[in-house]
Amino acid sequence: MNITIEYYMILSAFMFVVGIAGVLTRRNAIIVFMCIELMLNSANLTLVAFSSYLGSSVGQLFVFFVMTVAAAEAAVGLAIIIAIFRNKLTVNIDDINILKW
Amino acid sequence: MRELIYLTVALPLLGFLINGIFGNRIKNEKVIGLIGSSTIGISFIVTLLAFFETLSLPTDQRQLIVSLFTWLKVGGLDVSFAYQVDQLSLVMALIVTGVGFIIHVYSIGYMHGDKSFWRFFAYLNLFIFAMMNLILADNFVLLFLGWEGVGLCSYLLIGFWYDRRFEKSTTADAAKKAFIVNRIGDFGFLLGMFLIFLTFGSLNFNEVFSRANTFSVSTATYGFIALFLFIGATGKSAQIPLYVWLPDAMAGPTPVSALIHAATMVTAGVYMVARCSIIFASAPDIMMVVAIIGIMTSFFAATIGLVQNDIKKVLAYSTVSQLGYMFLAMGVGAFGAGIFHVMTHAFFKALLFLGAGSVIHAMHEEQDIQKYGGLKRYMPHTAITFLIAALAISGIPPLSGFFSKDEILWYSYSNFGIIFWLAGVITALMTAFYMFRLYFLTFEGKERFGHNKHPHESPKVMTVPLIVLAVLSVIGGFIGIPEVFSGEHGNQFHNWLSPIFADAERKIMQFGFHTHFAEILLMVISVLVAVASIFFARYVYLKSPIIAENFSKRFAGLHKTLWNKYYVDEFYDAVIVNPIVVVSKNVFWKFTDGKIIDGLNHFIANLLDSLGASLRKFQNGIAQFYALIMVFGIAITLFWIIMSF
Repeated sequence: MNITIEYYMILSAFMFVVGIAGVLTRRNAIIVFMCIELMLNSANLTLVAFSSYLGSSVGQLFVFFVMTVAAAEAAVGLAIIIAIFRNKLTVNIDDINILKW
Repeated sequence: MRELIYLTVALPLLGFLINGIFGNRIKNEKVIGLIGSSTIGISFIVTLLAFFETLSLPTDQRQLIVSLFTWLKVGGLDVSFAYQVDQLSLVMALIVTGVGFIIHVYSIGYMHGDKSFWRFFAYLNLFIFAMMNLILADNFVLLFLGWEGVGLCSYLLIGFWYDRRFEKSTTADAAKKAFIVNRIGDFGFLLGMFLIFLTFGSLNFNEVFSRANTFSVSTATYGFIALFLFIGATGKSAQIPLYVWLPDAMAGPTPVSALIHAATMVTAGVYMVARCSIIFASAPDIMMVVAIIGIMTSFFAATIGLVQNDIKKVLAYSTVSQLGYMFLAMGVGAFGAGIFHVMTHAFFKALLFLGAGSVIHAMHEEQDIQKYGGLKRYMPHTAITFLIAALAISGIPPLSGFFSKDEILWYSYSNFGIIFWLAGVITALMTAFYMFRLYFLTFEGKERFGHNKHPHESPKVMTVPLIVLAVLSVIGGFIGIPEVFSGEHGNQFHNWLSPIFADAERKIMQFGFHTHFAEILLMVISVLVAVASIFFARYVYLKSPIIAENFSKRFAGLHKTLWNKYYVDEFYDAVIVNPIVVVSKNVFWKFTDGKIIDGLNHFIANLLDSLGASLRKFQNGIAQFYALIMVFGIAITLFWIIMSF
């Protein structure tokens, strides 16, 4: 059975939607964070798939960028979560709603 | 030297800039005073040299225009910074720089120790700068620049001691009053200028005046131009109905009263009328108005002066009265005589004010003449010079005031008839009386001041200017000895000025034929009246002061009216000032500004506020909610992009 580009797309879209659903519905900041990583990786999957499909290396190059950014973002994000936890003793984002009027 | 006449404008400006910018840091009074006075002194020398050069030239070459640069050039309007050196402007420039220099020197002594010494000299220099622009201008616009400039300096100097009280309010209020009343006059002057440009298509003096000779313009147009210009003159030169600012202008330091509010600035209106003599001469009705306003001002101001007790107030009303004389001269077509009186008046009135300043100085700022008395013993120089000035203003021959005043009276008699002459003589009578009331109450008789006052003669820097002015007051009249005495040469002063006024004098009615006998007779009468008045004042205020008291008791109503200056200020307050204040407050401020303008602003602000109040509900602080919105947004955008392929 030949695995065509559609399979990759469907898997990627599925992962992306799972990520979105997690970001929008979960209350634990760590899980929200992980869901964001999931979305990033679904995008990576798309890029790699298209790179292979089009026979171009640009997509693969781009993935490295995304991974670099994701690593940096993970470091900063986790640091923020730790800082919030130290202040509020919670990582429940319903309790972290100070950005309002 | 005539080509260098711009120096007389530039140097005072330089002095103003130096003292104005660095005066605060110089601090040394001598240096500041030297800069302030020497700039004016050099200007005076330049003017004097230009005068002698002009004098040596034949009559038809005496006019020179020194053009510096083009100022405004818009359409048909072409105004340049050009100064006109001719007989009239030279006379005025000599008065302004000469008397100005003397008063600058005097001020070094008078203002000694003042915390804003430098500011005073900066303003004085700025004043001379503006005044010289006014005098030397060769067009109406430059004249107006000077006109407004002297008004500004007047304002600044009246309010010089802005933290002091003056009568019921502050000196700042007096300054504002002077400025605003002047603005009313300036409005008339502006209208006159517009009308001149409309009629003659130029604002240059020479062009306008030569066109006034050749263009056929209706008498009504001339009348309106002359009337508007005259309204400007009534503001600047303190004539009815705009004279009210001048008595209040005495809030300023005394040298300012001497220089600006007696000798120079207030004569600007007279100068302007004389300069535009051809226009006034073409409007006989307005000439009549000028003469009537002049004699009325002269008369009523003199009556007020009879009862005032503030030494500077008396002199202020005397100034208004003498300015009335000058306008009477203008009105009857005796332009030369009017300018002559400007000159002699500058000498003796500056002297009177400086003498008063010397007295005020000695009496520790006391200005009430009822609290003086017997000061002659303490300050002989001041007393003698003051006496000379008082004699001069009373018109006692052969002092300067006699020649100029009698010439005006003579012209009013021969041109306009006995009524004007009579009013003038009665005014002269009152003038002699209040001047000598002032003199006797101040310098003669018993001492009426407390032991805490220690009057003393002023320093030399103040008395020498007094003496110089006294000499000028004595001999100043001899350059204008009337024809009846001087014989075939005629009146020197008139001969000098005659080219300026020739066109105007040709236009007005022929002088009536009168004998020399009549002229001498009228002269003798007016002198006798003045002398009698002086002796009467001596009798009343030295021999039996009870007379004055009885008199003021018997005519209590009249005395009260005069004391309150005919209630003119109260009348203006009730009829003009208060209605404007009330309307401004209730209509313009509380309704127009408060309701309409502010209301519109508040409406817009409130609208945006309520809009924001409903929109900000979206900012609930839940990050996931924001993310949800974003997802929807992206989904919709993507959907739209995909569908549009």
